[in-house]
Amino acid sequence: MLSSETDRFAHMVRICDVRGLARVLSMVENGHILAPSIMHSLYNPERSSLTVGITGPPGAGKSTLTNRLITFWRRHDNKVGVIAVDPSSPFSGGALLGDRVRMQDHASDPGVFIRSMGSRGHLGGLSGATRDALEVLAAASYDPVLVETVGVGQAEVEIASLADITLLVLVPGLGDEVQAMKAGIMEIGDIIVLNKADRPGIEQLAMSVNASLELLPDQSERPPVVKCSAQTGEGIEDLTETITSYISSLTERKQIARRRTSLILDSIIREKGRYLARKMVTDRYGSVEKAIESILEGETTPYGIGEMLSEFIDNKRECENEH
Amino acid sequence: MDRKVRVLIGKPGLDGHDRGAKYIARALRDAGMEVIYTGIRQTPEAIANASIQEDVDFVGLSLLSGAHNHLFPEVARILKEKGGSDIILFGGGVIPEEDIPGLKEVGFKAIFTPGTAATEVVDFIEREIKAR
Ligand SMILES: Nc1nc2c(ncn2[C@@H]2O[C@H](COP(=O)(O)OP(=O)(O)O)[C@@H](O)[C@H]2O)c(=O)[nH]1
Ligand SMILES: [Mg+2]
Repeated sequence: MLSSETDRFAHMVRICDVRGLARVLSMVENGHILAPSIMHSLYNPERSSLTVGITGPPGAGKSTLTNRLITFWRRHDNKVGVIAVDPSSPFSGGALLGDRVRMQDHASDPGVFIRSMGSRGHLGGLSGATRDALEVLAAASYDPVLVETVGVGQAEVEIASLADITLLVLVPGLGDEVQAMKAGIMEIGDIIVLNKADRPGIEQLAMSVNASLELLPDQSERPPVVKCSAQTGEGIEDLTETITSYISSLTERKQIARRRTSLILDSIIREKGRYLARKMVTDRYGSVEKAIESILEGETTPYGIGEMLSEFIDNKRECENEH
Repeated sequence: MDRKVRVLIGKPGLDGHDRGAKYIARALRDAGMEVIYTGIRQTPEAIANASIQEDVDFVGLSLLSGAHNHLFPEVARILKEKGGSDIILFGGGVIPEEDIPGLKEVGFKAIFTPGTAATEVVDFIEREIKAR
């Protein structure tokens, strides 16, 4: 029963039935019971679709830029998928998702599929759901699939690095934020986009970014830096050329497939590891809060609990080996 | 399962005043919903497309220009055509009392006229969700 349902949903994705596709994205996002088996059925490490992450601080022009990039790929007749992630409110859990406003040029184009996601703030859930949403759109043969995330927190940076290519968008006038992002600049961007080039301060930004790139230990891995204005369109051609040549440098399909697979497996290991450890603590103490109480009452320590977890996992392995 | 109520707020037609639409959008967010706002001057086709792609439970349309008798039913029609007949529709804006029955007939569950408190819209959505 379950498996025929799975097949039905996977089939709707593969034939790109828009309604069905949208449903599957919700299932993935909501942690529906069938989601893992649908993903299992859809996953293809050697899929031809590329995924492009677009990350940077709020207001940097990521959505406006995404709108431009959609136009570029549509001119080449590619079906383009977009996942736009915005933060959920930590207070209400709700979210106001307004990225589509900047992508209106494509609102009636059947070759463009845009999906807005709230970060929902659950542990590890954001990256898990976004990771799977990318694979779903790729399986529906959208190529490329663009993912826009606000690049401030660890989770968002993690998502951006799940994509095959990552654009880091920076803008003039961030000052301290650029300082704070220096480490990030060196690690996450395959291409660094200096947007709002129509604004004063762009040269200063270029200088400070180049100066931090000088610090990269391996200068052969220095990412290209492109100035543009997503608003006026100036420099967008430079950017699309840079992206295209980056894509053609990724010739080794097998290598991309290996990188993708290892990132996804790694992220699933972390997700399940956290789940398993939490569950074990909850089983033993009733809840994580109660475990904390026990520690404060001097019954154990966080390390003692860690030790208990290790022993449990090792014992389990030994039991299995006996069979 | 971590399910959220998803609502799309759209503005068909030519008027450029979206203060009311944004006010409702924020109120729904503050009530814990995920609200997709698509911006002003959207065609019925664009609104219906977005609603399907976003897999929303509700679509709320806001219109001040007086073209609701044409544009609201258009959105309803295209949504149905695209397989979204289970999506609940509501509308708001400057809509004369005598137009409301006609809009309800084509599928609008509720029409909110100017001066409606945002909590009424929140209550409406929560009631509909419970009734499902
Ligand atoms: N001057 C200028 N404004 C821009 C540019 N790109 C985007 N914007 C504006 O910056 C604001 C935020 O843009 P948006 O794309 O929503 O940014 P996001 O939050 O990074 O997705 C909007 O008002 C855009 O019109 C640009 O290149 N130059
Ligand atoms: Mg945005």
